[in-house]
Amino acid sequence: MPIHEESLIRPENLRKHDELNIDDVDVSGHWSTFIESRAVSDYNEQLEQEVAAFPGGAFIHRCWQCGACTNSCTVNAINPDFNPRYWIYLVRLGMEQELLRDKDIIWQCVSCHKCTHVCPRDVEPEGVMKALSHWLEAKGHTPKSQSQHFDEEFYQQVLETGKIEEGRIVRNFFNRTGQPLQQPWLIRMVKNMIRGLPILLLTRMGLATLFRPKTKDWSKSKASIEELIEMKESARKQILEGNKSS
Amino acid sequence: MSDSTHLRDDLDTVAYYPGCALEGSGHAYNRSTKRLARKLGLKLVEIDNWNCCGAMEVKNIDPDIQNYLSVRNMSIAKHKMGLDVVMAPCNGCYHNLKKAEHDVTHREDTRETLKKMAEKTGQPEYKSGDVETIHALDWIKHAIGEKNITGKVKKSLAGLKIANYYGCMYTRPRHIFPEKDQGEGSESTSKPHFMDDLLRAAGAEIVDFPLKTACCGGAHTLSDCDTSTQLVLNILQAAEACGADVIATECPTCHSGLEMHQVRAQETLNIKTQPVMLYFTQLLGLAFGISPRQLGIHENISQSMGLLRQKGLV
Repeated sequence: MPIHEESLIRPENLRKHDELNIDDVDVSGHWSTFIESRAVSDYNEQLEQEVAAFPGGAFIHRCWQCGACTNSCTVNAINPDFNPRYWIYLVRLGMEQELLRDKDIIWQCVSCHKCTHVCPRDVEPEGVMKALSHWLEAKGHTPKSQSQHFDEEFYQQVLETGKIEEGRIVRNFFNRTGQPLQQPWLIRMVKNMIRGLPILLLTRMGLATLFRPKTKDWSKSKASIEELIEMKESARKQILEGNKSS
Repeated sequence: MSDSTHLRDDLDTVAYYPGCALEGSGHAYNRSTKRLARKLGLKLVEIDNWNCCGAMEVKNIDPDIQNYLSVRNMSIAKHKMGLDVVMAPCNGCYHNLKKAEHDVTHREDTRETLKKMAEKTGQPEYKSGDVETIHALDWIKHAIGEKNITGKVKKSLAGLKIANYYGCMYTRPRHIFPEKDQGEGSESTSKPHFMDDLLRAAGAEIVDFPLKTACCGGAHTLSDCDTSTQLVLNILQAAEACGADVIATECPTCHSGLEMHQVRAQETLNIKTQPVMLYFTQLLGLAFGISPRQLGIHENISQSMGLLRQKGLV
């Protein structure tokens, strides 16, 4: 079959011939472009189970592919390759290699919850996006995303003291990700901010960087949170390793 | 579900959950909220020894840890302080408390996990319906109401064109807000209007703003700056096109996101936008005759004093 809508087919799946003769019929020129025939065989049958084991992914099995998530998606409006419906589809089919084509943008979900708001099956697609990016990192397909660094820094502070201090988060996040704090727009913003602040408040904020805000008697909560995380992580590890050995 | 959709009547004294942002970048929101409460004769009792709600981050480590953080606060309000309404001015805190309430009500596994954690930490178990979480908008709307606001106005906001920006977490996803979309008098998740109602009652001209619930990219405000700048620019430019002088906000993350990326758009893309950002509590406070300093207007990054002077509000 000749291809009229070439732009819909990936270039590596197209086969073109300058001159072609089939059954004594000359089909050179416009009629000589074909789709490479292929069969997918490299399925990861456990893919859905693996993704579901990460925080936010538990309800991926509910999806019936209506596409409301992608249709409502904030990031899709900026980048049409950002396609939650399609990724959920690939995960459920076990098409890991196909999914990996988009591995570098999945973490960019901004958690606006428009998808979860409109999803008629309560899949929580926003959670699935987070689960997917964690899965990509856990399997070594991508390095830790900027977002993951931020989440970890935030979680660490909550775990340690029960509260966060924004200045510390910003500094530690920039440190973790190797970005300079001295960015022109940040400097300008801080200048704008400091200009208006009363001395008393400035002093208080300065002190907060030295004496971190804390929730009192937090140690039991901390222990309890750590215990739960450990339990869930080991369950997740079992699923990932079990699948590797099988 | 009828009782969970009911807003409790007595809002004169509520448990106040400021959250981490209001002690940091959102201090002006904290200050103006408290000042407004004093002016209106409403009592805010800060939740004793509260902890962070986990914002947009901890749920990505584990959703039940996030729920634990929320119910610990709600449980203190109920069992230690004897208060059954928790008011949270920050969309993130408000959202997370609502989400925890939803999960405790509807998910057996969450209930079990939280019960065990409560036992281990020696806290009373949080039960569905123990407290009702409301936003600062619900609080002013139901405790005071538009009619009373109009009666208390000393300096009308007339002449100020305002676009109201509600962000994501105040209305989405709909199923964690059972009291919304209940017809007459209730808040709408598709076209929220509580802030419009309150500021209009104070005399402001509310412009028709289509991006009320668009996303500012707050969750990735530092980790994906370019995306956030673009999303914020959409909001700023739409507000400008609608003729707004001011974007009124009701969330510290949205507010500082808009302020930061307005500066960043100008620095990195050389795109300048006019609207200034003010918390709705600051705007109401101005209308009630509270001084800008007491409302923390100088503390905003976005410089609005010039505009307010020009409009005769200070």
